Amino acid sequence: MTKKHVSTTINGDAIEFLCDPNDTLLDVLRKELSLTGTKEGCGSGDCGACSITLDERLVCSCLVLGVEAEGKNIGTIEGVSNKDQLHVIQEKFLEHAALQCGICTPGLIVSTQALLKENSNPTEEEARYYLAGNLCRCTGYDKIIRAVLDAADVMRGAA
Amino acid sequence: MPVIDYKVPQSVDDAVSLLEANENAKILAGGTDLIIQSRAQSSPDLVVVDLKSLPDFVSANINSEGLSLGPSMSCAEFTAREDIKSLFPGLVEAAFLIGSTQVQGRASIGGNLCNASPAADTIPALMVNNALCVIQGPKGERRVSVEDFVTGVASNCMAKNELLKAILVATPASRTSDAYLRFIPRSEMDIAVAGAAVSVTLETDGTCSKAIVAIGAVAPTAILVDAAAKALIGSKLDETSLQAAADAASAASNPITDRRGTAEFRRHVVGVLVKRAALIAAKRAGDK
Repeated sequence: MTKKHVSTTINGDAIEFLCDPNDTLLDVLRKELSLTGTKEGCGSGDCGACSITLDERLVCSCLVLGVEAEGKNIGTIEGVSNKDQLHVIQEKFLEHAALQCGICTPGLIVSTQALLKENSNPTEEEARYYLAGNLCRCTGYDKIIRAVLDAADVMRGAA
Repeated sequence: MPVIDYKVPQSVDDAVSLLEANENAKILAGGTDLIIQSRAQSSPDLVVVDLKSLPDFVSANINSEGLSLGPSMSCAEFTAREDIKSLFPGLVEAAFLIGSTQVQGRASIGGNLCNASPAADTIPALMVNNALCVIQGPKGERRVSVEDFVTGVASNCMAKNELLKAILVATPASRTSDAYLRFIPRSEMDIAVAGAAVSVTLETDGTCSKAIVAIGAVAPTAILVDAAAKALIGSKLDETSLQAAADAASAASNPITDRRGTAEFRRHVVGVLVKRAALIAAKRAGDK
């Protein structure tokens, strides 16, 4: 099988890679580019662990082919913090203990960032619906939602 | 290795040629069905043809005649369009029910239609809006209704060398609106156990002068239920007419029993959904 050459932008950096047409973008991120912050859970678009943004749109990277990244702008968990300075959302996840095993956390943080870009002041219900595609088997979600709403308040300057 | 090649054609004609030249070529829209299907052991080696670089396939335009929808436009983009929502609120609510936020970011109405699941949410909603499928093949273009497009479980009327180029939905007549409801056992992210779309036209005194009823997930394909529409027409959507429409929908259904619900439950619930959707559509039509 012939590998395809792909030019794309990931977290603001121009990136080129070769990939098999059968590889998902998740495969490429993790195996080809060593961006292992994005996790694989189900591999079928149900769990949200592999959430990334593709041209500012939240998607599951397991349901995108690597070759589809050509010319696109990709955002992953590695692009959320400002080098060593954690993003407010990350700080709030720590502060509220909104994680246990951590597999869902990168996806939840990427999704929360997408949520707060679309809606800077979500209600609890809106946050729960928006994040319904991110499954967590540890926390019971309550701490996650508290972290999300707290982060929203801080980012709006309301807290 | 199911996906063996990836093609980005520069025109619809190029895409049709690719479909003709490759035994197992498939159009890739959002991939939320196709990529998963390609992982099945039974999947043949696929050549995927991605039309999302053609602007007409990923955009929606509204003019005086109505909506021309690019089949690969993501549901997230579609449902964010207030101009579309004001014309077809039922179609937008059906699109909004498909999957999670992440799946919405990729899934498309064209994909939902071509994949032709019996439980597809947008299919009944397209039916009650008399949507037309524009199909392109080597000899040109043809147009078919959604009812004729979907031919069975996971099958559509397109030949191997044809593709869905656009979905056309005419602007609703005045005091006409639609609604879509489905039943799922949880509050989010599930597949319809039963679904119902209704479009109604109201006269100024509130009498229903026109109605279309379509039900989903209760037969191998979504179906139009003329008897349910007839029960609504001429009435002011009083309880007797609504119940008659519900009974007609239940009678027209031919559901299966599976882990999401029994046939008996589905038959009952689809009637309830028709009643409720008719009232929502009527409220919207009356507000216009």
